[in-house]
Amino acid sequence: MDFALISAAYIAAAILFILCLGGLAGQESAKRAVWYGIAGMALAVVATILGDGVGYYPLIGIAIIVGGSLGWYVAKTVEMTSMPQLVAALHSFVGLAAVFIGLNSDIVLNQMMPIIQEHAATGVLPAAYDGLSGFAQIVASKTLTEVTILKVESFLGVFIGAVTFTGSVVAFGKLAGKVDGKAKKLPGGHFLNAGAAIASFALLVAYMNGAGMWAVLLMSIFALFIGYHLIMGIGGADMPVVVSMLNSYSGWAAAAIGFSLGNDLLIITGALVGSSGAILSYIMCKAMNRSFISVILGGFGGAKGPAMAVEGEQVPIDAQGVADMLSEAHSIIIVPGYGMAVAQAQGAVSELTSLLRGKGKEVRFAIHPVAGRLPGHMNVLLAEAKVPYDIVLEMDEINGDFPNTDVAIVIGSNDIVNPAAEDDPNSPIAGMPVLEVWKAKHVIVLKRGSGTGYSGIENPLFYKENTRMFFGDAKKSVENLLQLLRS
Amino acid sequence: MKIGAPKEIYEGEARVALTPDSAVQLQKLGHTCFIQSGAGMLAGFTDDAYQKAGVTVIEGAQALFEAVDFVVKVRPPTEAEVAWLKKGQTLISFFYPAQNKELLEEAQKTGANVIAMDMVPRISRAQKMDALSSMANIGGYRAVIEAANNFGRFFTGQVTAAGKVPPAKVLVIGAGVAGLAAIGASTSLGAITYAFDVRPEVAEQITSMGAEFVYLDFAGEQQDGAATGGYATPSSPEFREAQLKKFRELAPDMDIVISTALIPGRDAPVLWTKDMVESMKRGSVIVDLAAERGGNCELTVKDQKIVTDNGVTIIGYTDLPSRMATQASQLYSTNVRQMVGDLTPAKDGVINYNMEDDVIRTATVTHEGTITFPPPPLKIQAIAAQKPKEKPKELTPEEKKAAEKAAYRKATVRQVSLLVVGAVVLFAIGLFAPASFMSHLVVFALACFVGFQVIWGVSPSLHTPLMSVTNAVSGIIILGSLLQIGAGGTGFGGFVIILLSVLAILIASINIVGGFLVTRRMLAMFQRS
Repeated sequence: MDFALISAAYIAAAILFILCLGGLAGQESAKRAVWYGIAGMALAVVATILGDGVGYYPLIGIAIIVGGSLGWYVAKTVEMTSMPQLVAALHSFVGLAAVFIGLNSDIVLNQMMPIIQEHAATGVLPAAYDGLSGFAQIVASKTLTEVTILKVESFLGVFIGAVTFTGSVVAFGKLAGKVDGKAKKLPGGHFLNAGAAIASFALLVAYMNGAGMWAVLLMSIFALFIGYHLIMGIGGADMPVVVSMLNSYSGWAAAAIGFSLGNDLLIITGALVGSSGAILSYIMCKAMNRSFISVILGGFGGAKGPAMAVEGEQVPIDAQGVADMLSEAHSIIIVPGYGMAVAQAQGAVSELTSLLRGKGKEVRFAIHPVAGRLPGHMNVLLAEAKVPYDIVLEMDEINGDFPNTDVAIVIGSNDIVNPAAEDDPNSPIAGMPVLEVWKAKHVIVLKRGSGTGYSGIENPLFYKENTRMFFGDAKKSVENLLQLLRS
Repeated sequence: MKIGAPKEIYEGEARVALTPDSAVQLQKLGHTCFIQSGAGMLAGFTDDAYQKAGVTVIEGAQALFEAVDFVVKVRPPTEAEVAWLKKGQTLISFFYPAQNKELLEEAQKTGANVIAMDMVPRISRAQKMDALSSMANIGGYRAVIEAANNFGRFFTGQVTAAGKVPPAKVLVIGAGVAGLAAIGASTSLGAITYAFDVRPEVAEQITSMGAEFVYLDFAGEQQDGAATGGYATPSSPEFREAQLKKFRELAPDMDIVISTALIPGRDAPVLWTKDMVESMKRGSVIVDLAAERGGNCELTVKDQKIVTDNGVTIIGYTDLPSRMATQASQLYSTNVRQMVGDLTPAKDGVINYNMEDDVIRTATVTHEGTITFPPPPLKIQAIAAQKPKEKPKELTPEEKKAAEKAAYRKATVRQVSLLVVGAVVLFAIGLFAPASFMSHLVVFALACFVGFQVIWGVSPSLHTPLMSVTNAVSGIIILGSLLQIGAGGTGFGGFVIILLSVLAILIASINIVGGFLVTRRMLAMFQRS
């Protein structure tokens, strides 16, 4: 296939990708947008395969078919509650692929070095050049300056890819519950990371000055360690930021590879994905009122003074009490959190919603940006349980409505409804925007036990006069409630 | 333990301290219940109803006092009743120990324990037994009903075929429990309601009930109710002057005034003077909930309804809760039941009189022959001290303009300096890098810009699909391995390249297919109602 034709296909693919991401502005346009993405991807892959110097078509075919079926199987069977794990796993694949491609670039470069040097010395392309095609030919035609840049690009691609790979694997482990979700650091903490980063930089310098492939391989080991250690040091509730950040990294890795291969479509797509992840990380950090750096460095910032003492007692309530309260209420807001996902209670919650709506009550959902373990996680769970999306509202849309609400039901969320964020300047989460549920006439909190939440911060909400604690497994509690409300 | 309620002797008192419902709850705590025959009649509870709830009915008050360990009452006991108390017995009722010193000494002599329901401290934990609040709530509601009964017009404004009716204007003075209940009832009836309180921090509660807070133009220090357990304290003469001036301004406009201002342990402050009453319209109504303690209105006559020369009705009833005896008995008996519950922590019918407990200690006025009033200060402060709220300073239009201008300038400076720095960096790269690199860099920079613009528009509810679709799209990295697979020739290097490329193609395909499919699956779930 002609180079110009391939370029045309790439431009079309790039536009389709942009339309695909832009289409996610609304639920309806999003359904069309996915097709743009699929078309763009098909176009890009087909055009590339038909290009010069590819070859090994049967191998490519087998790899695509095997990989594609694996992907198809995973996508069909994954539970919506496991979405965070899946997303993390997919990030790790991009990282690994980037490492492989970066290494390949180095091998190809080594093979072409004689031609490049001869070219630089004589100013004429040697005869061997004419026998090459595709990527090998592109590399062989480079000047020595371009070779230097190529080396930096490949090195960077491998570095980012390796960090993304182990980081995503650890994130996957934490999200899937296979690795302890608590923040853990090896002795030495961030100095280890900094040391590994400095060592990687030293290896880059060595590599530029003629050190062979061993420098790249050794650097990969350091980078793999950084990814592992970095994410191990970040706790469970910061996962939305971590996943967005890894999303961003996988994009930058693709872009770096695009530079090393001189492929504009890879650069464009990598940049799109990279900036998408960066914006998501920014939104998540903003929603927790924490700087990106403090999240990466892990752990909550130290309190500036003693936390405000919490007074009063937690008043428990039974299912009958909640049922009575709900039958008398006119407007109800439900605030779901990660606990709802853990208890798999979204189906029961959805049934409760339709039952209450059937009785003429106004039921809405309030979603905090960092509820759950993935940006938008709660929306997907509620959508899966067939809760109509137009009653699922964002924090900013609904926060002003709590004073006019009869009952706010908090299901498995803690920090995102903690009034200490507003009242107590010494609280570790001071200044984080929270859902002001306590302004509702009554608050019902569904909770497994009376302990503190993930962050270990005491929640004064549970001690407020208008709060009632409905202890128990969220799913069972809601199912009991359903029975009482039906009878 | 045996718990019994006698019939209230006080004239006109219709409430009773034990209802069939509360008796059932008390029995669950392991107690047995007794009632004097006919004690619940005026509140609407027959002896039959009590018997059905498992309560033993006893003829005569003295017999009841003799039969039980716990006497529960509403009004403070008379001297005769106190005389019937004996050692080891406990009396729970309103007592007002500060005003009833002699009665307190009488009670002490008998050796019985007395728990005064009016002494229950105002802390969150004790709210369930706060009988003053539950009675004040009824009083506030009833005050509005009494006012409506004596007011010749609608509360709500209406436009009818027979003409337009303006809404009534109601002023509630004192926004304690009674005041807030009055505000609630009055706004529900449709009146335009104003409310005043000396504690500025209750303004929020007042507006949340639908009334308008009457602000005083007063520069001095205003009081913070938190220091006194949520009650009001006497105010300075200057403050009082400012207050009266405001009321004088409001008086001709108001149709109904409900005053609930009380200061603990003192006579009610006079807030509605004779000249204010005289300036009111004919047909207006004043309900004075402070009548028992002298009244907030200068002309109030305790326990009576009077009509002034200019046709203003002034109601000074002190038995408003008793006028709603059924409701009042239900609430009061629940308060009493909760108190007994705290005295029976194990729910086994065994009394554990824990004088270390803040609530029990404070409410107990005599204990085993000694007077335990006044109580020591609470171990924990009743209400968290109000932090001084810094009011955002009102900016003048000029200041606002200046601030906006400064902000605009700052934003401009930031943006321009960013652009300059970016341009310098690009220029520096351009000095050294070859043209082929620069063209890619341009593409990269533009793509980042497009990305930032596009992604801001994505709806937050679709952030998860966004992540999965970017997962799929970043599978574009497959192009890299497709381009490389044929680039290695036939040697060992070539073999490694093919191997790594095939692996990369395989995992990138997982991304592409998995990412797109799962995105489609998710998006299909989003449904409109």
